[in-house]
Amino acid sequence: MAFTLYSLLQAALLCVNAIAVLHEERFLKNIGWGTDQGIGGFGEEPGIKSQLMNLIRSVRTVMRVPLIIVNSIAIILLLLFG
Amino acid sequence: MAYHSGYGAHGSKHRVRAAPDPPPLFDDTSGGYSSQPGGYPAPGADVAFNVNHLIGDPMANMAMAYGGSIASHGKDMVHKELHRFVSVNKLKYFFAVDTAYVAKKLGLLVFPYTHQNWEVQYSRDVPLPPRQDLNAPDLYIPTMAFITYVLLAGMALGIQKRFSPEVLGLCASTALVWVVMEVLALLLGVYLATVHSDLSTFHLLAYSGYKYVGMILSVLTGLFFGSHGYYVALAWTSSALVYFMVRSLRTAALGPDSMGNPAPRQRLQLYLTLGAAAFQPLMIYWLTFHLVR
Repeated sequence: MAFTLYSLLQAALLCVNAIAVLHEERFLKNIGWGTDQGIGGFGEEPGIKSQLMNLIRSVRTVMRVPLIIVNSIAIILLLLFG
Repeated sequence: MAYHSGYGAHGSKHRVRAAPDPPPLFDDTSGGYSSQPGGYPAPGADVAFNVNHLIGDPMANMAMAYGGSIASHGKDMVHKELHRFVSVNKLKYFFAVDTAYVAKKLGLLVFPYTHQNWEVQYSRDVPLPPRQDLNAPDLYIPTMAFITYVLLAGMALGIQKRFSPEVLGLCASTALVWVVMEVLALLLGVYLATVHSDLSTFHLLAYSGYKYVGMILSVLTGLFFGSHGYYVALAWTSSALVYFMVRSLRTAALGPDSMGNPAPRQRLQLYLTLGAAAFQPLMIYWLTFHLVR
């Protein structure tokens, strides 16, 4: 399995796209992963599920605009260079 | 005429002397100059004569001041940009090693079973640098081991007559990609399990990089003693590395204040440590088996 750095970048881009595509209203709420359903008490341990939900929400918020730019660049590069 | 010719030659000398003025760009230890602003040595009267002319010349003054300010401004900008991405002080901590530390750490990586005290020592809440503490992680060994591994892979492929220069770059980038993926997975695991410790990215990078030492030993043994020697060395270095990782990460993940964690979080941390440690032999095998046939 020979990797190049470019394949790492492509894989990372696809993974971040996959996380950003999860829609809050249509999908996450239906499986109980909405961010307003998960915030339990203000105790010490957040737990894995609420950490994951926070991660998904922050990826969606932070990476929205940069993902548009990076995806456009990737599309153009793939069209030009195959 | 003497003034003009002296201006060209001594102007550059004077600029070299004036530019280190507030931020010394380099320690000028050549014998002729001192780095203080006013402390010009007096090699001869002609230097003083031309310096006086330059001080008296307002255009040269302005040019010198402008050049000096541009140089310092550029230096500040470079430092600021660099500091935004990589904290250089934290990185310097990982490279503060000496020969005795490297030798002892390599011995520890190969034979960790007799080491008693695995705690990282602190001095006033700041971890000690690797020079003074054997248990502190460093980035020098992983970096050197990575480079040695790439060169050794090239040599092993050359012995089997499968070498070409692209293979070297491919091997290096493959190993680098695996390291990056492992560090990202570990970061994700540390975030999800809410481990409250001072395990930064560089710590994880250091602990991931220690497997290259095992890889080098396995490949060397495989080159000298054939396939059987490779598997023996693989088993030995894998078990040593697993033991090393589990002992080191268990004390490192607790941090300087080892309060009792609630039980499920401790279990998560244990699973994370065990998973990280079990992943190492797989990686050692995966990245080296094609070199020893």
